[in-house]
Amino acid sequence: MSELFDTLSFLTPLIIASMVPLSIVSLGGLFSERSGVINIALEGIMVMGGFVGIVLMRALSDSGLPLQLIALLGLLTGAFIGTVYAGLHAFASVTMKSNQIISATALNLFAPALSVFIARIYFGTSNINLGGNYTISEVPVLSSIPIIGPLLFTNAYLSTYLGIAIFTIAIVILYKTRLGLRIRACGENPHAADSLGVNVYKIRYIGVLISGALAGMGGVIFVLSFATRFQGTVSGFGFLALAVMIFGQWKPRGILLAAFFFATVRVIANAYTAIPVLQDFSIPTEIYSMLPYIITLVVLAFASKNSKAPAAIGEPYDAGKR
Amino acid sequence: MRTPTWVDGILDFFLESSTAVKVLASIIAIIGGLLVGLLIMLVLDPSRAFAGFGTILFGFLRNGTQSIGNMLYYAVPIILTGLSVAFAFRTGLFNIGATGQLTFGAFFAVYVGVNWTFLGAFHWPVALLAGGLAGGVWGMIPGMLKAFRNVNEVVASIMLNYVAMYFVTLMVKTTIYNQSVARAFGPAESAIIPKGFLDTLFQGSSLNYGIFVAFLVTAILHIILSKTTFGYQLKSVGFNRDASRYAGMNEKRNIILAMTIAGFVSGLAGAIMFLVPGKFLTIENSLLQEGFTGIAVSLLGLSSPIGVLIAGIFYGSLEIGGFFLQVTTSFVPELIEIIIAAIIYISALALFFQNVIYKRLKKRKDTLDEEVTS
Repeated sequence: MSELFDTLSFLTPLIIASMVPLSIVSLGGLFSERSGVINIALEGIMVMGGFVGIVLMRALSDSGLPLQLIALLGLLTGAFIGTVYAGLHAFASVTMKSNQIISATALNLFAPALSVFIARIYFGTSNINLGGNYTISEVPVLSSIPIIGPLLFTNAYLSTYLGIAIFTIAIVILYKTRLGLRIRACGENPHAADSLGVNVYKIRYIGVLISGALAGMGGVIFVLSFATRFQGTVSGFGFLALAVMIFGQWKPRGILLAAFFFATVRVIANAYTAIPVLQDFSIPTEIYSMLPYIITLVVLAFASKNSKAPAAIGEPYDAGKR
Repeated sequence: MRTPTWVDGILDFFLESSTAVKVLASIIAIIGGLLVGLLIMLVLDPSRAFAGFGTILFGFLRNGTQSIGNMLYYAVPIILTGLSVAFAFRTGLFNIGATGQLTFGAFFAVYVGVNWTFLGAFHWPVALLAGGLAGGVWGMIPGMLKAFRNVNEVVASIMLNYVAMYFVTLMVKTTIYNQSVARAFGPAESAIIPKGFLDTLFQGSSLNYGIFVAFLVTAILHIILSKTTFGYQLKSVGFNRDASRYAGMNEKRNIILAMTIAGFVSGLAGAIMFLVPGKFLTIENSLLQEGFTGIAVSLLGLSSPIGVLIAGIFYGSLEIGGFFLQVTTSFVPELIEIIIAAIIYISALALFFQNVIYKRLKKRKDTLDEEVTS
């Protein structure tokens, strides 16, 4: 029993650390896609947001500000940069009615190249050290709750709590506000939305920009949680978030479940040697790593006939076609 | 009253040929991408920006035939992935999976290259073919998913890219792993693609027979697309899947074949990249960029095989420029990737540019015509 608890208390923080950025970024994908714009640029936006956020945090690390304030500033910077960067995708796919895959591919290539380029020129290396440990060792009061305390409120990240708050707000926006209804309408039937006086272009811009903010912040969270330095990559995490979104069938609750599932698989892939039960199977780590992608393919193959993907996704809106 | 001049001739040429307008749009994309690179250099180090820009553009002219040879050497895999993307695109499919097919093909090529030394003189051609076939299999999967289960080929290919990446890492570790340096073994001497007379022609360069594979594939795909019924069917499915089915074409078969061929060509690219001395498959789990650069080349080449060939060689010249950039200035070769990304982004806006160019030309022609007739 105590061994089980040990394993759980070892795994739970790791799973949460994976699950938070995964669900935040795929929620970002959801906002864009529910408004009707495919966003496979999540990876690039994460890199861009993560890069600038980390550079800022590194610059502030000597300033004497409290660590958690620096972390918060880094996260907000990531969100801001992500929004601006996603603006390029919105411009291409909404205003210019371009091919959304091509535009997103460009953003995915641009971000790592630019961040490595700048890092190498300014820091002389493509690695940017974080310069600090941003874990919260224990949350006052809450950490002394039995069982939950050690699992959720010790050695945690600020981003975890921020992530939970953002997730809740996002669901409220999407399902309980007029904006949310309009976003969903623009992804399903933009012409109908337009006929009711909704500015489809504007709503799609909002959808893509929200997606950029979440992915940019997710980029910073990624680096804070998994790395001690930034190397111009988020290791395919943005595409994993895309898989989470598809597996979650474009719904927040689905995303939460999918993110939990994929995060668990990811943690097992990285730490299975420390889990007594799995040690005996000795399945190579790569098998675990590719599992989320294979599962998504299988889901796509068997669910594509009644997919919950937004109906008007990927089509540039042209008012003249009504 | 005035008589028509050469200006009218040029305007007529562009107005009557949509290809000419598209080529113009490609050139605008290239110029735009290069300007983004120049701008970044100007922001970061104004004093060396123009020298660096010159190096990127004309670096391939340095060191004589060696640089020309290396330019072609760098161009070969990009031409092939570009052809792969372009061929699928003509069938209405976006092959973002070129990188996965390339990785998959590269592994099997190297595997054959390391182990099947009994093949003697046939060793490298067989290894090359193994790469192509493996890439073809990997391309066939999204094709079948698209044809039978209506799965979007973009999403399927993205997932398959990562599956291929992890799979190849796993296979390298379990089959051809060189423990002491933590990477794959290089192919045997007999599996290295020979340089032959190219070595004397482009002395000191790395150019090998891979360039002829690129030429051959370009020619074959050109013939398929423009001279055969099969190619006509592929393009027809690309224009309108439903209409093609109505006309009696087997659109499912065509989609699968198009993706398989595209995968085969990307697989060849992977084989050619790694059947050379001094290049090794790693276990770093990162996607190979060449598959994505192929998208840029395919866009610039207007998805036509010959256009891709030209655009690929242009890319090779940039790559050489990037090499000299690092040698002579404080800039690093990542600038080339930035330029490529900017070119892709501007190409995405190409349709808009084409319309603008067309309208401008038309307006100018109309005012000229009025002068002629009045």
